Amino acid sequence: MARPKRRWQRGVWIALLLAPALLVMTAFVTLPLLAALRYAFYSFNGLAPAGFVGFANFATILFEAPYSGWTLRALGHNMIVFVALMLLQNGLAYLIAFALLKTLPGHRIHQVIVFLPVVLSAVIVGFLWKLMLHPMFGVVNAALALIGIDGPPWLGNEDTALGAIIFTNAWHWVGFPALIFLAGMQRIGAETMEAARLDGAGDWVLLRQIIWPLVAPATTIVFTLTFIGSFNWFELPYVMAGATGSPGGATDVLGLYAYRMAFGSATAGLQDFGRGSALAVLMFLFLAVVSGLALRILRRREIEL
Amino acid sequence: MVKQRMQRLALMATAAWGMALGAAQAGEVTFWTWRQEDKAVYTDLFADFTKANPGITVKFEAFPNENYNTIVSTALAGGKGADVLHVRAYGGLEALAKANYLVPLSTTNVPELKNLPADALGSESLRADGKVYAVSLAGQTLGILINKDLFAKAGVAVPTDWASFIAASKALKAKNITPIANGTATPWMDAVFHSVFANPFLGPQFVADVLAGKATFEDKRFVDATAKLLELRDFMPAGFTGVDYATSQQLFSTGRAAMFVGGSFEIGPFRRANPKLNMDFIAPPGPKGAGLVSRFFDSGFAINAKSEHQADATKLVRWLATPAFAAKAAEKLGNISSLSSVTNPDPLLGKVAKLNATAMPYIMLVHFRYEAPTGSDLLQDGVQKMMAGTMTAAEVGATVTQGIAKYYVPFQKK
Repeated sequence: MARPKRRWQRGVWIALLLAPALLVMTAFVTLPLLAALRYAFYSFNGLAPAGFVGFANFATILFEAPYSGWTLRALGHNMIVFVALMLLQNGLAYLIAFALLKTLPGHRIHQVIVFLPVVLSAVIVGFLWKLMLHPMFGVVNAALALIGIDGPPWLGNEDTALGAIIFTNAWHWVGFPALIFLAGMQRIGAETMEAARLDGAGDWVLLRQIIWPLVAPATTIVFTLTFIGSFNWFELPYVMAGATGSPGGATDVLGLYAYRMAFGSATAGLQDFGRGSALAVLMFLFLAVVSGLALRILRRREIEL
Repeated sequence: MVKQRMQRLALMATAAWGMALGAAQAGEVTFWTWRQEDKAVYTDLFADFTKANPGITVKFEAFPNENYNTIVSTALAGGKGADVLHVRAYGGLEALAKANYLVPLSTTNVPELKNLPADALGSESLRADGKVYAVSLAGQTLGILINKDLFAKAGVAVPTDWASFIAASKALKAKNITPIANGTATPWMDAVFHSVFANPFLGPQFVADVLAGKATFEDKRFVDATAKLLELRDFMPAGFTGVDYATSQQLFSTGRAAMFVGGSFEIGPFRRANPKLNMDFIAPPGPKGAGLVSRFFDSGFAINAKSEHQADATKLVRWLATPAFAAKAAEKLGNISSLSSVTNPDPLLGKVAKLNATAMPYIMLVHFRYEAPTGSDLLQDGVQKMMAGTMTAAEVGATVTQGIAKYYVPFQKK
């Protein structure tokens, strides 16, 4: 007799515990997502929805100049960011993780140092590096001048601006994938490593042929997070290059472009929630589909390896 | 006990919710602005309002400039927001007025509108219905601020025409003084920079031709005037493509650069940053003698259509259109009032007001910032690229024309 009541109470208890999180998720994630989805199909009269326009906003963004060109440019930059972060940030993280795995003297302090920037906010990191890369007062160019190199205005040069922000991102985040890789490496049995060593495997062979296949689950996580992070990139370019992706759109990425289109730049642009939402919806679909597919492929790879 | 505590908690949460919405109490009118730095001045001014209108106080709330549009638009879309709003002019106003978020003003509800000249009223009107939606606060003038002491120290005469401007810049540079403080890293400053130096070469006839559909921005006059800017690159700070607005301001206010290309709205902040700065405001160089400055109206005060305090909000906006407010605001905020009857006692601002008599419009803001892509967005992007050497002046003109042609019919025929 008492059991059903207890089960019922348990159900209520679980529902009560879940309710706050569900409420917050609904209010701040689900509803805005649904609102953006709805807005994407409307034209806007100033800030109020003016009428249903079907897929017109999507067509404008994708096929109508100059918007289509800007969309492609931003998407191209996101792709560069993704590839660069995979190679620079995650490649370095992999090597750092291996170095930390070797428990060389001082590895604990190095572990802290590598992870330290991760706890800083992107805004702080952005301002810090913007100052360091400043063409007149920055320490980077001052240091380069000491060895006779005339450093460019990193964030003001179309050829270097995106690279400078990617570098800053890698500096900020390298500790995170390093820790994931390290955890993955630590899960490999000591006997496996030992056996490889006895067979005469050096560091390079160990890294390529033993560790790389065995940290496949970590690679899946790092790949997926980097992919989502690269295509959602916003804070760092916003702080370092402004909403317009200065200079001349050289750092414009989809996040900045969607924000600018929806809310307008503070001083020169107009707001268009419809087109901004359409772009946000496209970004969401792209991220969901590609990361979903990538996850499937990578999970299969984990098993195969 | 637990029930009581829960009730108290609920009460507190409700109170916090109310405060978060910025709800004004009876006799209190809320005012939103992006001018955080003007809080002291507005507090003083609103105290005058309360004196003239006992029982009504004004609650001042400021938000960061870069997020202001977003905050206001989100609040208004949700039927919230302050009773009285500091709004932008031209296209920035239209976005709010078109959506019926603002109360239309006329000499019936705000008789003081008659104090404002037609161009100031136009800057806060909706083109579609011709109605005024805000009381214009100030006019701004774009020109060149100079550090008189640096010019004197270098023994360089203040330039008037283009040739003397280039000569003066060369002379300053020879004395290790950065002639022009501006960099190009902040896009909106590039549009200002362009307007200041290109307008004297374009002249009012070009603007008339564009508005009449007789010329586009691919016109030789525009391309040549835009290309003139390239001659100035030698006189800008080292690595100027990476020098942003804040750095440019610092270079000028600390006496490291002799000239700052900008607006009359910079005078107040420069004085506050360095009270000893001996400044002058000059017209930009023209082909033969001094050129014309560029002018625009920059902001106004509007009533939220959803305000629950319409009567009090209207009283405040009426008061914001009086010469008493305008005179004190112009003096304390250091700008040029939109009310033509108000003169500023400050000699420098008085000089700027005189230059305004023959000013040209800040073309992209006044005429092409109503639809996307805005002329300002297109021009600043193009100028930034041109100054960096990745676009030609002709390409800037073509890009701007093609972008504007999306919605400006006369350009579609060309």
